[in-house]
This record gives sequence, C-alpha cells and structure tokens, in this order.
Amino acid sequence: MGTEEAVVIGAGPAGLFAAYELLLAGADVTLIDRAAQAGGQLVKQTHKFFGSKEHYASIRGIDIRHRLEHALEKNGDGRLRTLYSTTVAGFYADGALACVKAERYYRLHPEVVVVATGASERTVAFAGNDLPGVYAAGAVQTLMNEQGIRPGNRALMVGSGNIGLIVAYQLMQAGIQVERVVEAADEIGGYQVHASKLRRLGVPIETKTTIKRAFGTNQVEGAEIWRLDAKGEGIAGSEERLTVDTVCLAVGLSPLVELLSQLSVDTRFIPEFGGVAPVLDETYMTSRPGVFACGDVANVEEASTAMVEGRLAGIHAAGYLNRQIPRRKEKIQALETSLRTLRSGPASEHVRKGLRKVGEHA
Amino acid sequence: MLKETGVAEPRMIRSVFPDSRVLVKPKAIIECYEAIPCDPCETACPTGAIEVGADINARPVLDVDACTGCRRCVTACPGLAIFVVSIQEDKAVFTVPYEMLPLPEEGALVNVADRCGQPIGTGEVRKVRKHADRTASITFATDKGLLYEAVTVVVDDG
Ligand SMILES: Cc1cc2nc3c(=O)[nH]c(=O)nc-3n(C[C@H](O)[C@H](O)[C@H](O)COP(=O)(O)OP(=O)(O)OC[C@H]3O[C@@H](n4cnc5c(N)ncnc54)[C@H](O)[C@@H]3O)c2cc1C
Ligand code: SF4
Ligand code: SF4
Repeated sequence: MGTEEAVVIGAGPAGLFAAYELLLAGADVTLIDRAAQAGGQLVKQTHKFFGSKEHYASIRGIDIRHRLEHALEKNGDGRLRTLYSTTVAGFYADGALACVKAERYYRLHPEVVVVATGASERTVAFAGNDLPGVYAAGAVQTLMNEQGIRPGNRALMVGSGNIGLIVAYQLMQAGIQVERVVEAADEIGGYQVHASKLRRLGVPIETKTTIKRAFGTNQVEGAEIWRLDAKGEGIAGSEERLTVDTVCLAVGLSPLVELLSQLSVDTRFIPEFGGVAPVLDETYMTSRPGVFACGDVANVEEASTAMVEGRLAGIHAAGYLNRQIPRRKEKIQALETSLRTLRSGPASEHVRKGLRKVGEHA
Repeated sequence: MLKETGVAEPRMIRSVFPDSRVLVKPKAIIECYEAIPCDPCETACPTGAIEVGADINARPVLDVDACTGCRRCVTACPGLAIFVVSIQEDKAVFTVPYEMLPLPEEGALVNVADRCGQPIGTGEVRKVRKHADRTASITFATDKGLLYEAVTVVVDDG
C-alpha cells in the first residue's frame, strides 16, 4: 500500500481536471507542480479560448485557471494537498516518486499516479540559435504575460501554427513590432482567424520560408530568412535580412515523457501527437498498472481536449482505486462523445490519424 | 489563397456580406472561413441569428433577418472575426473588435486599414466601448466606398 492514495503530476488543465474527478470520487489527492501556481500553459494565455461553452470558450486562459482552482477547493473537502514549486525528478521501478522542493528531497509512494506533465517546446537548428534574443515562444509568453517584461523591440516569428500566430499577436499587443512571421510549410499552420487578425495589424506572413541564421555580437541584431524549394531546401540568393533583436521560435511541442520513460512504460513515436508518446489503453492507463497519462503529455493537442482527457483519466484512476462514482458509465460516455466532437473537424485531422495509429477509435 | 496569406479574397468577402440594401440597418459580418471547433458566436447571440449547430466544427451561418446588429458577437468571438456594419447616407459605419492600446479617443480622426493593415482612408471614431472581458469595440464611420475593404483603425501611439 502506498502512503498517498492518488498523486497527480502537473497542474495544467489536464491535471487539474484529473484531480477534480478523483476528489469527487472521494479519493485523497496530492497535486504537484513545479510552477509556483496551478494552471500550466493556461497561465500564459491572455487570449480567449476557442471551443464551446463547456470547454470555457471565449474565456481567457488566465481566467479559466481561477475557475478551476475554485472548483477544486470547493470539492476538495480537505482531501486535496497541493505541492507547488515542487518538481517530480524521479519515478522509480517500485512506483515511488522523488520530489524536490527548494533543495529538499523527499519520496512519495502513491497507489495511483496521473501524469499530466504537458509538453516541451521544440527548437530548430540554425546558425546563431544560441544567441541571447532567441527564445522559444512559450518563454516569450512567460516573460510578457507573467512577468510583464518586454523581450525586445522588433521580432521575427518562426512558425505559423496557432502558437506562433497567437504569440506574434501578443508581441504586437505588448508594443513589439513583429517584422515577419515565416512558415516552412506551404500553408499557414494555425487557424485562419488568428492569421487574419495578425495580417490586419500589418504583419506579413510568408510561407515556404524559414530562418537561415541569426547574427549579432553579444545578442541578436538581425536575422536572415530565405525561401524554401519544393524539397524544403533553402534557395541560394533568396536571402533577406531583417533588423530584429528578438527571434521567437514556435516550431512545435513534444510530449514531456521523461518521467514515464524512467518507468520504462511502453511508448511509441507518433508524429501526429508531437513525437514519442506513451501507449495508453482505453482507460488512459499506461503499460504500468496504476499509472495514467492525459493531456499534452499523451498527445499534444488543446486545452479543451486536455480538460476532457483529464476528467476521463481521473475517473478511471478512481475506478482503479475501487472508488464508486455515481452514474460512472453515463459520465464516461458523455465525456468520450465530447472528445469525439471536439476532434471531428478538419483542424483535428492529424489527431484522428494519430489515434487510428494507436488503435483507438477516432 | 487564404491559407497562404491569411487575407480573404474579394470574392470570399462578398460571400459573407448581405445585399448592401439590407445594410440600412446594422448587421453582423462573420469572417470565419475555416471549419474550426468553436461556437461562442452562437452562444452570445441573443436572437439566435448565428447558427453553428450540433457539429461545433461547422462554420457559423448568419440569419441576416434575425440579426439586430446588437454587437454582442463582435466581442465574444475569440478569433476577432466578426464586425457589425451599416450604411448611413454616404458613410459605412463599422463596429469592430479592438485589442490594442492605446484606444482611440471618441471623435478622433483616424486612419482606416484594410485586411493587410494598409491605410486606405480616414474615419471618424464615434464610439469606444470597453468591456468587462477586455476586448474593446470601436465604432467608426468611413467612406461608403470602403465597405468591403475597411476592417480596422490604426491608432498612432505617439
Ligand atoms: C500559445 C499557446 C496558445 C494556446 N491556445 C489554446 C487555445 O486557444 N485553446 C486550447 O484549447 N488550447 C490552447 N493551447 C494549448 C493548451 O495550452 C495546452 O494544450 C494545454 O495547456 C495542455 O494541458 P496539460 O495540462 O496537458 O499541460 P500543461 O498545461 O503544459 O501543464 C503541465 C504542467 O505540468 C507541470 N510539470 C511538468 N513536468 C513536471 C515535473 N516533472 N514535476 C512537476 N510538475 C511538472 C508543468 O509545470 C505544467 O504546469 C495553447 C497553447 C499555447 C502554448
Ligand atoms: S449583432 Fe447581435 S443579433 Fe446580430 S448576430 Fe451578432 S449577436 Fe446576433
Ligand atoms: S466565435 Fe468567431 S471564430 Fe468562433 S466560430 Fe464564431 S465566428 Fe468563428
């Protein structure tokens, strides 16, 4: 028997909702996050969310977080323990978790674990990508939206997925001129409405174009972009120099599977999910009994889907603990339907493809 | 191509406008050209004029007759894809969502910009509304001839 009944690692939308369902089912829950507060990626999202009302659409990410925390407190009944500013550094073969808080180290022995660690930002190789002034998009969001710091005055955004488009828009809102958004693919990756919003502010978006190098002595003073041919190779002579002090990379996210890898659970490379992802059964359980995963760590997607997955993983984890949940079957069915609806559009084609690969029904 | 440029072509823009005679009254123009999982416009509309339907990925459809031009959808849409417009004499009067600072002053003369952010004329700011959820809306009047081109205003932050 473990010393903790349920541990949820990661207090983003997925982890918060997993904790919520576990609490509802009557379990004792320890919720851990290395950040000083709950929210995960939501903390940085000053824009309004898409999706439907049940997924908090049209409410800004930062406000969703407050609502979630409130719901947890209400249903916690003193059974919720939160450990923030605490990093889970190890996941041992015997199921123990090694936690680190302010250089203090301790172990937990949970009966079930829900891993909701989210995803990490990828980078791209180019000369000068180690210069100060080259940031991942998420880091720029943290600087601006959490700490209120302007990263620079003129920026180049690399990547036109939703994150690239949204962060470019937020840079403009913060008074930082986005000189260009470049996209290697032949189409803009993110939603048309996000792209149009940015174009309306006079920001050019160029497809089939990428960064060749960043230059500067002690910090970024400019960047060279170039066009790509049909094979994705840079076209010599097409280089263009931009005077920028900030290069922002929004080239995708990969599931943060390190902890799960320590446990040697089964994983698979699924490009549609963002890279190496844990193999899950229909209850969101990994190949290790009692260890569940949900949200971006399982499949880099959206907060809306992460919330629903979190609830499902929480319900199944509670089931694993033999906790009774009233109208469990109906609840699961409704949540699964909601996931399918969210994923039914053309914007989710890649997710459905990934799901087909892992043998789930999309 | 919209997916390459992020800017709608004139043909697409026309397809979301009603006959200009209808625009003696203010009507919502929904520039949401792509099927995405989203429906707050439908939820926001008090008269049921916007329908996305059971499939949240469907594009919103406007029932022009049912639209009262109340502007609720303008600030509810997370994609800032909706504005309200009417034609009053020789002016096109737009109400657009606006999330930049500073906000213009009411009565100010500002540049009006097209979908690429290029200035195409001037407009008079008639109303600036701040909302509890932080997206402001700006009502401006500009030349009627810019009906299909104007989408926003450019405010000098000097
Ligand atoms: C710029 C941007 C815009 C977005 N816009 C939207 C949108 O409009 N609509 C939408 O639905 N989605 C949007 N998303 C996506 C959404 O934010 C994510 O899909 C969602 O946050 C994933 O939730 P999660 O709980 O799985 O992970 P996260 O939110 O990433 O949370 C993971 C948490 O785990 C913690 N953690 C990780 N490792 C450890 C460890 N070892 N120990 C302790 N804690 C750990 C992290 O600190 C973090 O708090 C956007 C994302 C970005 C970056
Ligand atoms: S302007 Fe008002 S009535 Fe018209 S579609 Fe928008 S919310 Fe509905
Ligand atoms: S709220 Fe805006 S982005 Fe969402 S479906 Fe309606 S018009 Fe499109």
